[in-house]
Amino acid sequence: MNKIKLITWREYITRVRKKSFIIMTFLGPMLIAAFYGIMIFLIVNEDIVSDEKTLLVIDESGIFQDKLKSTDMLKLEYTKERTQLQTDSVLMDNYDGWLTIPGDLKVSDPKGIVYRSEKNISLQTKETLNRKLERVLSNHKMEQYGVSESLIDSVRSDVSIRALTVDRSGNEKSTSTELYSGIGMALAIAIYFFIFLYGVQVMRGVLEEKSNRIVEIVISSVKPFQLMMGKVLGLAMVGLTQILIWVILSGVLIFGISLFAGGDMASMQELSETAQQMQQGQMPPGAEDLDLSKLDEIKMALAGLNFPFIIISFVFYFLSGYLMYSSLFAAVGAAADAETDTQQFMLPITLPLVFAFVLSTTIVFRDPNGALSFWLSIFPLTSPIVMMVRLPFLNVADQWWEVLLSGAVLVAGFCATIWLAGKIYRVGILMYGKKVNYKEVFKWIRHGS
Amino acid sequence: MSENYLEINNVSKQFATHLALDDVSFDIPKGSVFGLVGPNGAGKTTLIRIINQITAPDTGEVRILGEKLRPEHTARIGYLPEERGLYKKMKVLDQITYFGQLKDLSRMDSLARGKEWLERFDILNWRHKKVEELSKGMAQKIQFIITVLHEPELIILDEPFSGFDPVNTQLIKEEIKRLKANGSTVIFSTHRMESIEEVCDYVGMINKSKKVLEGKVSEVRHNYKENILEVEYTGDLGGLTERALSNGQVNGSGLQSAVFAIKDGSVRSLISELNNKVELRSFQEKLPSIEEIFISKVEEGNHE
Repeated sequence: MNKIKLITWREYITRVRKKSFIIMTFLGPMLIAAFYGIMIFLIVNEDIVSDEKTLLVIDESGIFQDKLKSTDMLKLEYTKERTQLQTDSVLMDNYDGWLTIPGDLKVSDPKGIVYRSEKNISLQTKETLNRKLERVLSNHKMEQYGVSESLIDSVRSDVSIRALTVDRSGNEKSTSTELYSGIGMALAIAIYFFIFLYGVQVMRGVLEEKSNRIVEIVISSVKPFQLMMGKVLGLAMVGLTQILIWVILSGVLIFGISLFAGGDMASMQELSETAQQMQQGQMPPGAEDLDLSKLDEIKMALAGLNFPFIIISFVFYFLSGYLMYSSLFAAVGAAADAETDTQQFMLPITLPLVFAFVLSTTIVFRDPNGALSFWLSIFPLTSPIVMMVRLPFLNVADQWWEVLLSGAVLVAGFCATIWLAGKIYRVGILMYGKKVNYKEVFKWIRHGS
Repeated sequence: MSENYLEINNVSKQFATHLALDDVSFDIPKGSVFGLVGPNGAGKTTLIRIINQITAPDTGEVRILGEKLRPEHTARIGYLPEERGLYKKMKVLDQITYFGQLKDLSRMDSLARGKEWLERFDILNWRHKKVEELSKGMAQKIQFIITVLHEPELIILDEPFSGFDPVNTQLIKEEIKRLKANGSTVIFSTHRMESIEEVCDYVGMINKSKKVLEGKVSEVRHNYKENILEVEYTGDLGGLTERALSNGQVNGSGLQSAVFAIKDGSVRSLISELNNKVELRSFQEKLPSIEEIFISKVEEGNHE
């Protein structure tokens, strides 16, 4: 036991002291945050990235004159008809495109509207134009039936559903599907990358010891299993250190931002109290009619999340999933002579990992409490990733057994892979210059030589 | 009869396709330097790995001072494998300390002894260098320090001179003698026999997974002697020329050298006859080198 600790410590301290670790730990989140920040910024501020377009509407019918409104993105100019001077090339020089509406346009069957431009019309511009034209036409029709413009406006209303979860004892909680999906995905991505990055590091470490021929000296003092476990655990500690630093950093960051935003903490407090009252089934007076702004809704939904449960689960699934996969990575490192031979053994390890990740982003993401999602979160090779997407959607009071079952299966799973990997590792690390194939590896597992 | 430090009793080891060791037994006396010789692939490394508990024998047992091999015994053994290496990115003293701790030394002890050894080899100023910055010869010194840092009772050196430069080879030979003087037992495995007579007291030979020979180096050589007398002289042998097995000029010395077959009791008369004819400069009974015995044993095995 002492020797495992010693090996673990060496692995830990040599890696944590490396410059690459320090850079990754502090620069990594910034890069990720910057990446997502830029993406969100681009999506939100589309107008900055995409150019403003100016269109000429040649409205021979006169129906659309000034009804089709310009937006920030789309500047519209009107003309009754195209003059002789307005040749195609003149229009091209002055406008991004021109829309021709025939004079004999039938309101009931609007055909013959043509958009011409030098460059291909973008999907978004086409959609926008379609929508705008339809709206103007439908308004036009209603006006023809004698409905006033103000009445038309008042008829239209936007609907947004507010989602609540209810458990069997009647407690209600605000949820935000978008937010929860986002959190779930972020956790799943984190575990996926952690397992991959650290698993490959375990493999590289084993290969280094093997190809540097250090391994023979080490295992004349300790058992091969101790060496393998020391390496696996040492890297797990490196991973946990990294997570811990990130949690602290983001905590400081959030605190800093809320301090900067001023007083936001107080309202957060208030909201979580409201959320708690709601959880206890006592609706605060007027809560039903409470007109929640989008931001408040997000805060409410955040308050509805069981953060300690999510964090503990994340750490558990990260550790267990890592233990399962990294021991297999260690076995691959032991079976191979150089990194180039690892390919053939990598496939069966990376396949379930990628499979779990792809399913998480699709099926589980769409229906986190469906039957397939359930089984994928029980199966130990996929559960560490799939469960992350499900976590925010779990109603712990009623679904605690799912987590317990999944956790127990996962623990059994990593015990099995460690046992298996130990057998392969023991033989593999002393095998030099021999091309190892699957048949050979199965023989090691069965006979131990 | 001296006490045996290590007893290897009827050890066999079967690998998937071949038998690596076939009923091999050796007794290694305490405080001796034991040369384990055999051609490549004879099973030397497998036997050494069994002693180091890296692999387990299928049948047979190994005893240290009468006790059956246990995991705790690894701390009493220092092992320099044939294939050796160090952590490239680790600093010299950190590395020495780490391997010392793996052999059950405390951190403080390990550190203190590491410094002592570095000082002794006059390389203390390298202690904060990474191994990858060292030359090959320097790394070999570090490797040797790691092998003996915990003052092992049994030191196993597998092909210790392969890859070592002459300066380090000499250094290791001297250290082996010193360790022996301090009471350590040394197993010295090699397929290069030149150094056996110089370094070893005992020799054990394996060929094709089987033991072919074991004993004191001096006795073995005596047992395999071919009753040959080698003489160096100046002058003319005359009538004795016909009795010589070979006769010729010794390069560069102006001396002649001849070899005669002898029987028990015939040496005296032969020498007096020689003395009458020529000016004798030296004469000695020629004992076969371990290498010659080894080659004849291997050839014997090949004929079977």
